[in-house]
Amino acid sequence: MKARPTNMLARIYLGLVLAFLYLPILVMAAMSFNSSQFYMLPIDWTFDWYVKLAHNTRLLESTRNSILVAMVTTVIASVLGTAASIAFFRYEFRFKKVLQAALFPPIAIPWLITGTAMLLFFFWSGIGRGLHAMILGHVALALPYVIIVVSARIKGFDPDLEAAARSLGASPWQVIRHVTLPYLAPGFIAGALFAFAVSFDQFVISYFLSVPGVSTLPVEIYTAIKKGFTPEINAISTLVIAFSITLLVIVSRFYRFGGDR
Amino acid sequence: MASVTVSHVNKSFGEFRALDDVSIEFADGGFYALLGPSGSGKTTLLRQIAGFSFPDSGEILIGGEAVESLPVEKRNIGMMFQNYALFPNMSVFDNVAFGLMVRSTPRHEIKARVGEALELVRLSGYDERKPHQLSGGQRQRVALARAIVFRPRVLLLDEPLSALDKALRLGMQVELKRIQREVGITTIFVTHDQEEALTLSDKVGVLKDGKLLQEGPPRELYERPATAFAATFLGDANLFEGHVEEGELALSDGTRLRATAPLAGVGKATCAVRPEKMAIAEKGEPLRADHNHLEAELQEIIFAGNSLSYLLRRGDIHLRVFAQNRATAELQPGQRVRLTWRVADTIPVEA
Repeated sequence: MKARPTNMLARIYLGLVLAFLYLPILVMAAMSFNSSQFYMLPIDWTFDWYVKLAHNTRLLESTRNSILVAMVTTVIASVLGTAASIAFFRYEFRFKKVLQAALFPPIAIPWLITGTAMLLFFFWSGIGRGLHAMILGHVALALPYVIIVVSARIKGFDPDLEAAARSLGASPWQVIRHVTLPYLAPGFIAGALFAFAVSFDQFVISYFLSVPGVSTLPVEIYTAIKKGFTPEINAISTLVIAFSITLLVIVSRFYRFGGDR
Repeated sequence: MASVTVSHVNKSFGEFRALDDVSIEFADGGFYALLGPSGSGKTTLLRQIAGFSFPDSGEILIGGEAVESLPVEKRNIGMMFQNYALFPNMSVFDNVAFGLMVRSTPRHEIKARVGEALELVRLSGYDERKPHQLSGGQRQRVALARAIVFRPRVLLLDEPLSALDKALRLGMQVELKRIQREVGITTIFVTHDQEEALTLSDKVGVLKDGKLLQEGPPRELYERPATAFAATFLGDANLFEGHVEEGELALSDGTRLRATAPLAGVGKATCAVRPEKMAIAEKGEPLRADHNHLEAELQEIIFAGNSLSYLLRRGDIHLRVFAQNRATAELQPGQRVRLTWRVADTIPVEA
């Protein structure tokens, strides 16, 4: 049994942390149902902003773009990242250490700088801007996260498990299907979630690489706020949060992250 | 079930000769231990028999069929790993069923045979548990059930008991022996633990530097080691070095020792004597004709409850004597004593 935080100060501290994390989100969600545009209390409940949102083609379009870019990024980055993690785990090759070390700087370099560099490079190389450019950029950003998360899982893999499966008569394909993949799955899912989050959250790089009329949700929200805030943004944000939470709950029901062995 | 024949197998890793012309015959239904220190080639040999690695030259037959170029999954062997290698995401039932599942065995048959196997290892009712919910000994039993449920021709065990604590290990040794007898499967197990090799197997092979030094039933190997290494690795041994004089062993100080048989040849020779075969003579005990005698200085007495170890010295020879704890004459370190042991227990060995 783990000890409970019985100390009063510890409880207050925990409460404050949770409040700072979740209060702003709760306020935003509540205001998306408030008819007053100026956050007048008490709340006058309404679905008006959601109805308006349904007609706001720019916000909806950008949401669709965001999901599209994030999904494509997730697929590419998790497949490439998992393959790279397996290669790092299983094979010895020249420059392996250099390659592994080269994964970390992109995480530390400010996105603003990476974004500028990408914009310049894409412009110079003729790749240009647009959703395809965003996908390229997001994959590059998400890859290190996927490799780190998946590698952490693979490190705990006991090669004897594959040996055992083979000794029991499993063909190479059966070994992968029944032993290797089920073991890797939680790491793979976690890596994919990371990739999705990195892409879906991405503002700076998307902003640099978007062309007028084709942008992602964070970019569109930023543009909208500059023009003047409307509670429709609360509404779309609330929907996004609801979607993310649902996704996480579903995933965590199927996989226990970390300590399952 | 099947016999296993290894003949003239060689295996090198770069410059390192892991197996040097090894030939062994594993009889059908036998329990065979491969004993040796780390780096002796015992695990390499097991991996060649299993099919995880292939010999550079030589033949391996299982049940008369040449298998040296078949991969492990086609050899129909059961193997138990040192760390058990249970599939962490599968239940006990699914772990045991794995070998049957990949062979596309019908469902009802899988159920029946997994049930039998779990009963054999006394784990009935544990079907739904996950490996992390089991104790070390239970995991071991699951691994064993998994390795034999599909009726492989040979059972290979890689240091099977080394991960268990001592009390559990003794219990599992008895279990392993019982199960092996019940199933009657040819079993080859690798160990560096000489006691385990002696208790479990009906034949032991001692390996060193990739070579098979000696093989035979445990008793024979223990009583008649052929080399100084086998004598010291398989149990404890006092080694006497000297040269041959009139068929006897002459130590550097001139003392003569007689061996089981008159020593042949000339020049240097070595004899081994088990510490428990030696005794410290009581005062006034007459010299017996069929015994060797040696004076030595008692240096230390190590008390271990039911037994005692005496550490002695004669010149530059250090000796150990094991005795039951039967309070006889009071001995003190520093005392000079006379050691006595049967000529028949003085074994000539290769240095």
